[in-house]
Amino acid sequence: MNRPAPRFREKAQVLDEAALDRALTRIAHEILEKNGGAADLTFVGLRTRGITLAQRLAAKIARIDGSELPVGTLDITLYRDDLDMRGAPVVRGTDIPFPIKGKTVVLVDDVLFTGRTIRAALDALIDLGRPRMIQLAILVDRGHRELPIRPDYIGKNLPTSRRESVSVRLREHDGEDRVVIEEPEDA
Amino acid sequence: MAWTRKDLLTMRELEPAEIVTLVDTADSLQEIATRDIKKVPALRGKTVVNLFYEASTRTRTSFEIAGKWLSADVINFSASGSSAAKGESFLDTAKNIEAMSPDVVVVRHSSAGAAELLARELKCSIVNAGDGAHEHPTQALLDLLTIREKKGHFEGLSVAIVGDIAHSRVARSNIHGMRKLGMTVTVAGPPTLIPPFIHELGVKVSYRLEEAIRDVDVIMMLRVQHERMSGGLIPSVREYSRYWGLTLDKLRAHARPDVLIMHPGPVNRGVELSPEVADGPYSVILDQVTKGVAVRMGVLFLLAGSKGAEA
Repeated sequence: MNRPAPRFREKAQVLDEAALDRALTRIAHEILEKNGGAADLTFVGLRTRGITLAQRLAAKIARIDGSELPVGTLDITLYRDDLDMRGAPVVRGTDIPFPIKGKTVVLVDDVLFTGRTIRAALDALIDLGRPRMIQLAILVDRGHRELPIRPDYIGKNLPTSRRESVSVRLREHDGEDRVVIEEPEDA
Repeated sequence: MAWTRKDLLTMRELEPAEIVTLVDTADSLQEIATRDIKKVPALRGKTVVNLFYEASTRTRTSFEIAGKWLSADVINFSASGSSAAKGESFLDTAKNIEAMSPDVVVVRHSSAGAAELLARELKCSIVNAGDGAHEHPTQALLDLLTIREKKGHFEGLSVAIVGDIAHSRVARSNIHGMRKLGMTVTVAGPPTLIPPFIHELGVKVSYRLEEAIRDVDVIMMLRVQHERMSGGLIPSVREYSRYWGLTLDKLRAHARPDVLIMHPGPVNRGVELSPEVADGPYSVILDQVTKGVAVRMGVLFLLAGSKGAEA
């Protein structure tokens, strides 16, 4: 069942450190603009890099607006529609230590692809309470949606082929800030 | 570490990393118990059958709640009031249940090896919920989760397991699990209730309560079963309680101030544990029960959550 993962090599750099930071700064401003300020805003990041991006967005909003917004963590393993296809699942836990009922939740993830992860995240979030609104912030939208899901904030639109992979590397996890497109080594 | 087994039968066969995976998974699922809506869709459309040939309150209820919180359909079968009472054999009953396509069968039986027999004969996943005096892996896992939450780690901790070691599947599963995780285990009890050669499992043996509980991080008291008396293994409940019952006085005189008192239940109040100890600040007995649901969710999720795990 578990096919060996293909090996990928770097094809092109999409965002460097400065461009990644500028994209997040712009998204932070857009979030404030769209919501008319930071009142009742909360961030929920998707494991693993979505959490880091959510923390960075919250820090930027604190610098712009002075508001300290809470950042929660969502693990969607228990809500996946493809558990049977993925081999042994690893649950790492959800941690949203603040009420989301009546709040505007900005869901944050690194790459938007088929939309299935976000579908699962919406179910998981709504099981925890009834937010007034859920918005979606994505660093890279690579297309190929399989569900009717559309982000509210996009760092970079990046047309890709299905066999390529988009790798978001963040200082906290990978020691560098950049986004690259990778292609299979046998290409 | 990724989970790859079809069944959960014993602690003895697990690798240390597999035990940690089970404890970690259970730990992250604990959050579900704190929600207003205690249900996630992870096992939607999966069927769990509780096949219980022995009386049980905690374990059966706990598996049932665990399955339901994960959205599985849970069916309870108990030997009394079923075809087993009409003389159908264990294996025939199990094969009939298998013919109804369950994903997981949770089995408790008075014979050691009952779960392993089903694991060999049935295609679905089997969880051992206690087989005779052999093993009770989910109890050991919930004990380990409780210990790690209170003490922060496993390596280097010392545990005294006190009471009827000879007939205790809880003791055996815990000994295997704790030894694999780098903990020191002392078993203690009257000589008639300590099996010969138990030291081959890597445990120390003590025949005095006061000595066994000195300087340990955890004291696990076992239930003294009334049927042991009729077998002549202990002279009387009064005598057992006098020498082996844990009272506040003995605890204060001999144990560390930060010791944890555990008991797998059901407690014989006033026999192996005095009520002040069972309900006192050292006791984590009800935490153990709460952790039991999380552990059983973790086990059901890892066994039924991914068919890709099957060989």
